[in-house]
Amino acid sequence: MAETKPKPKPKIKKEAVEMPKQAPKDRVKNFNEVALGYDEAQALEEANRCLQCVKPQCVSGCPVEVPIPEFIKCIREQKYAEAIAKIKEKNALPAVCGRVCPQEEQCQVNCVVGRIGEPVSIGRLERYLADWEREHGFQIPEKAKPTGKRVAVVGAGPAGLTAAADLVKMGHEVTMFEALHLAGGVLVYGIPEFRLPKKIVQKEVNYIQKLGVDLRVGNLVGRIHTIPELMENGYDAVFIGSGAGLPQFMNIPGENLGGIYSANEFLIRVNLMKAFKFPDFDTPLRIGKHVVVIGGGNVAMDCARSSMRLGADVCLLYRRSREELPARHEEIENAEEEGLVCKFLAAPLRFNGDEKGWVKSMECQAMELGPPDASGRRRPLPVKGSEFTMETDTVIIAIGQTPNPIIQRTTEGLVVNPRHGTIIVDENGKTSLEGVYAGGDVATGAATVISAMGMGKNAAKAINEYLMNKK
Amino acid sequence: MRRRNKLYKIVTKKELAPKEMLFEIEAPDIAVKVQPGQFVIVVIGEKGERIPLTICGYDRAKGTVSFAFHEVGKTTKELGNLCEGDCLENVTGPLGNPSEIKNYGKVLCVGGSIMIAPLLLQAKAMKETGNSVTTVLGARIKDVLFMEDEAKAVSDKVYVATDDGSEGYKGLDFLRDLLKTEKFDRCVALGPVVMMKTVSEITKPYGIPTIVTLTPLMVDGMGMCGVCRVTVAGKMQFACVDGPEFDGHLVDFDELVTRQRIFLPEERLSSVLYEIGGCKCGRNKA
Repeated sequence: MAETKPKPKPKIKKEAVEMPKQAPKDRVKNFNEVALGYDEAQALEEANRCLQCVKPQCVSGCPVEVPIPEFIKCIREQKYAEAIAKIKEKNALPAVCGRVCPQEEQCQVNCVVGRIGEPVSIGRLERYLADWEREHGFQIPEKAKPTGKRVAVVGAGPAGLTAAADLVKMGHEVTMFEALHLAGGVLVYGIPEFRLPKKIVQKEVNYIQKLGVDLRVGNLVGRIHTIPELMENGYDAVFIGSGAGLPQFMNIPGENLGGIYSANEFLIRVNLMKAFKFPDFDTPLRIGKHVVVIGGGNVAMDCARSSMRLGADVCLLYRRSREELPARHEEIENAEEEGLVCKFLAAPLRFNGDEKGWVKSMECQAMELGPPDASGRRRPLPVKGSEFTMETDTVIIAIGQTPNPIIQRTTEGLVVNPRHGTIIVDENGKTSLEGVYAGGDVATGAATVISAMGMGKNAAKAINEYLMNKK
Repeated sequence: MRRRNKLYKIVTKKELAPKEMLFEIEAPDIAVKVQPGQFVIVVIGEKGERIPLTICGYDRAKGTVSFAFHEVGKTTKELGNLCEGDCLENVTGPLGNPSEIKNYGKVLCVGGSIMIAPLLLQAKAMKETGNSVTTVLGARIKDVLFMEDEAKAVSDKVYVATDDGSEGYKGLDFLRDLLKTEKFDRCVALGPVVMMKTVSEITKPYGIPTIVTLTPLMVDGMGMCGVCRVTVAGKMQFACVDGPEFDGHLVDFDELVTRQRIFLPEERLSSVLYEIGGCKCGRNKA
């Protein structure tokens, strides 16, 4: 172990240590994880690139304020247990964040090394430690003295898991209600196996249960218990982290033909229900030879890359140009390496079906970019007379999700944004109802795992203050 | 988690007719909240799919809910091979909006094949609210007709119809004559799509508000996947969160029929594989 320790170098290497990956031609045939993670020598080499700044810039980019230089210092000293404990003070899901956080626009964008070369690969180091801990056994931190307060956490996704972990560590009794039959939220139903293996999510969930959180799956709050009922039944506070699960459609003719999936349906079948193992697993999925994915975000990339693994040729149809693609650069690169064809500046007009009601082609229209819209991106405008037809047998609509309306419909007095259905919260996650907090996609609309975790963390802090100062 | 899963124990297994089964399941949390018209999503095991089943009974004191199913695909066949005392991996519910049970006056309740069971739960609720209830039980053939006595217990009048005329009326055409002589204030129909379509067409000229319960394909059953999307009055609706009950005069039934068949080849494959390998899994103890 110790022999591999490299001598500290006088000069900082400009290039980050590459993370080994499965080769594109291999990985496109399987659902195994693409990025393979650092080994110890690689982790040490990368850790040694860190300048250990006195005033670290990276931490301010992290929504959950992980003490980055400190954990990297521990890696250098090969004190891995201490290193992961440092991360876990702030982040209950490092194995997840190390894999799916957009570090390039958060911590790493601020890294001082980044000014002279590539920034330190903070995410890869975080992942290394989380994987190290999983192999060596989880450390369960000591619990704070019980406060006698009970908190209900609605939704076991990134926001809920983070809030639950923090609240239980503060000494509150936490019950987490998950609507699906497995916990993890978007981490299990949305993000594919090859980016985030589900057994890793399961381990992170187990860790949170070991902290003392009581997890109840198959409990759709709003139907089985409403928020007011939870408050009446002895919960002192509620955190809503129910996500953005309602898929958007385009409202164009032919959208209900067979072979047209919402991104959610497609991903739920593949990820949560393991339809890629049909018929060994019972949930079916039919995928043709020519898949068109509509949209340009991370979800669209996940759909495209999953479809290629199921043997299809995939074309991504995006109404703006390459520069505006909202997906992470790394994801686009991975997808193109695997054979994704992108068609920019085009949008569908209608779908045509065969005699059995299955989609066979789609009529599209070319777009051009006009002046910027409210989101600051250039607005796509249709080009007259540019209609064309594309052959396709499977279409996946990945144009966004809005919050599920069930809680909002069943909770009187909860103030909701009428346009997007998001729950309105203040900077601490407080809603219009006393003792009720919300965070994650249900409050922001579809965003990232880590921003949801940041809101979960904030809300946990606010809930703690509320509970401890009440009465 | 396993400990909690032991909640979903099969308390009663009853064969209503060949391949038509009724299960009563221990699910105390659901039993407290469930109302007529709602459904549950059932997962049999780790590799199982999520299937929606309409509730046909509940016992709040005993903490149980009941659902009926027709053994047609892999999952329902596997379900049918389970025994009393066996546990299901997960039962999620109650899902969907409850039926609107009010005193309408005179209500016509039409149920077809396996959906007769949940229809009678609604008929009973309608009766208890003071309605006069006329119930129609429909089935393919006489041999698969069930719950006639239960229907009589909750109805003022019961009619029976079979596709081949082997019992009662042949087909639902008799309803046209019935509506000529009797006035109804509301109609509820649960059954195969074609049956609900026919009933809606028959009641439409008389302007009888007709509520149908749609059972399209579903995965999550809580508004996430959108596979249950149906067109009602030209607008896209999700049967799981907006329904499952809709105005039968506004539903695009033909589209629904097509959408229900999306995965037919896969469903057949699953079913055949199960039949061939069924004995090997050790489940066929009954």
